[in-house]
Amino acid sequence: MTAHSPTSLTSPPAIETVGLTKVYGSGNTEVVALRDVSMTIERGEVVALLGPSGSGKSTLLSAIGLINPPTRGEIRIDGQVVMNGSRALVDVQRFRREKLGFVFQKSNLIPFLTALENVLVALAIAGREGRSARRRAMDLLASLGIADRARNLPSALSGGQQQRVAIARALANRPSLLLADEPTAALDSKLGRQVMELFRDVGHENRAGVLVVTHDQRALDVFDRSLRLEDGVLSEHAGSGATTLTSTHST
Amino acid sequence: MNLAVRDVRYNIGRFLLTAVGLGLLLMIVMGMGGIYAGIVADATLLVDQVESDLWIVQRDTRGPFAELSRLPSSVEDRARAVPGVADARRFVTHTIQRNHRGKPLRMTIVGLAWPGDRGAWLPITAGRSLAQGHYEIVADQTLGLAVGDRLKLGKDEYRVVGIVNNMLSSGGDGIAFMTVSDAQAVQFDAVGEATRLERAARRNRAGQDDLGLVQPGLLERASRPASAIPALGPPMVSAVLVTLKPGVDADEVRATMEGWADATVYTSDEQRELLLRGPVDRARRQIGLFRVLLVAISAIIMSLILYTMTLDKLHDIALLKLMGARDRMILGLVMQEAFLLGAIAYVLAYFIGERLFPFFPRRVIVTGDMLIWLAIAVAVICIIGSSLGIWKAMRIQPNEVLS
Ligand SMILES: Nc1ncnc2c1ncn2[C@@H]1O[C@H](COP(=O)(O)OP(=O)(O)OP(=O)(O)O)[C@@H](O)[C@H]1O
Ligand SMILES: [Mg+2]
Repeated sequence: MTAHSPTSLTSPPAIETVGLTKVYGSGNTEVVALRDVSMTIERGEVVALLGPSGSGKSTLLSAIGLINPPTRGEIRIDGQVVMNGSRALVDVQRFRREKLGFVFQKSNLIPFLTALENVLVALAIAGREGRSARRRAMDLLASLGIADRARNLPSALSGGQQQRVAIARALANRPSLLLADEPTAALDSKLGRQVMELFRDVGHENRAGVLVVTHDQRALDVFDRSLRLEDGVLSEHAGSGATTLTSTHST
Repeated sequence: MNLAVRDVRYNIGRFLLTAVGLGLLLMIVMGMGGIYAGIVADATLLVDQVESDLWIVQRDTRGPFAELSRLPSSVEDRARAVPGVADARRFVTHTIQRNHRGKPLRMTIVGLAWPGDRGAWLPITAGRSLAQGHYEIVADQTLGLAVGDRLKLGKDEYRVVGIVNNMLSSGGDGIAFMTVSDAQAVQFDAVGEATRLERAARRNRAGQDDLGLVQPGLLERASRPASAIPALGPPMVSAVLVTLKPGVDADEVRATMEGWADATVYTSDEQRELLLRGPVDRARRQIGLFRVLLVAISAIIMSLILYTMTLDKLHDIALLKLMGARDRMILGLVMQEAFLLGAIAYVLAYFIGERLFPFFPRRVIVTGDMLIWLAIAVAVICIIGSSLGIWKAMRIQPNEVLS
């Protein structure tokens, strides 16, 4: 499964999980949200995560994002074991700011910072400030087509613009893994597709692994591959396999 | 990037409103402390200013500031005779209330021992000190009198020749200084009928007394003013102030005077203490207690404001943590905002107070010590208040952003 991308020969996968299991509660109220989930996403690979409501998509994403530790199993990011069961083996905060980028359904921008500052704060968190950080932030906003709104507060931006700022922020520190939980749920289908294409492009250009939770079946052709969760059990989504594997090389 | 400043700018209206509210609260705390200090300072002012080493007062009393103290004025001469005494002077004080220009005028009269004491030690701001032995007054400015004003007290008319600043009795009334004899004249002024009755009673007593029968001359004198009758003694004074020669042991002099049957002696410090524990004690304790309550309540209100200010930002803090922010950054955001609020409130309190306190009817003394103390208290409250918020902020899980 790792053979589809030439980059995988030289660098470790962006994310790898082995036997990931998440159990909420105990006794009568016990819910098994993830059952023995094993998967791999290479750097530069853009993957969709499908599944009915309550199937465990958000749970998987927050486990990989080091937000919500799994009950059992192992998480490797960039070839390094970061979680073993519920035990963190690294400085989680450092890992988040250096390797991970998050985008959520709501854009979750900081309301008192302008679009530009929202990107700058991510850079500042990683210790990058000054003119080079500013240039990087402006470049990102420009590449997402919102350079002219850089000085606006989030409240003055449209939903799509806010989401693009959130994506710029997630990309600021060139994460090796970008995680997005229903990022287009609040957007119309045209804009939603644009945002999905954006994920694909930045994944390919930045050689980042991208995992996007989505309900939108129509945008599936944008992705290299799609996974499906059902009652906490992960499977390769039918019909997405070989055709998308080849598309990876087109960029 | 400074997050605190940007957050404040974003919420500038609410932030300033909160700062003004807190500023007013701190101003009241400051004022309450100032009122307390004012009461203590006013109460002890006279004792501090009058510059005497020992106070001789009526036996077993606590002196003229605490209660009625009456002492034969002959004590002055007795005191002068004690070895080590440089000077002794009479001191008379009593409070009167008269009408002046249709308004009640309440003042405490203090008698100066003319001609030895003309009030040269008084902090005179206009006019001069006493220049003649009768009918002159140096008045505190709170009495609202001006140099040249004329005032009818008893049978005589007095002229205001000087104005002093901040000379108040322990009750907060402005003091009018005049010579001891004038003060006594005002104090013992009686309407004509009362005087006639008193003289008749005296003649009657003397007529039944051995002394009156043996010395008929005395009977005649009974009709004259009290000061002319040796057997009845000269008028009373409130206290006698003693100044010691340099290097003299006060305790020794005091021991001698304590032997007199009619006198009790206090040092200036003791008299000051008695004052604070006596007439102003309740007012002082009342305000002191109220001040403690006020500080405690202000601290709670301020802590709550800072705490809710942090709670409002919990979502943003969770987001920052999700992005991998260090604790230092979050601490900075919360703490800097707390200190900014505290500092603005403090400065506002100071300047509003400075404008407002002079209009208070009694003195409000805000000392440097008090300002420093309050600044430290505000800083500590900022730390405590935001610590509560930070405690909450640090425990917040990033997945709360997801919900
Ligand atoms: N904090 C929690 N405590 C207990 N159970 C939870 C918790 N979070 C999620 N679950 C349960 O785990 C299961 C998976 O939830 P999850 O949020 O991962 O689903 P999802 O696939 O993201 O659904 P949706 O598409 O509606 O967002 C659900 O049955 C849910 O009720
Ligand atoms: Mg979900």
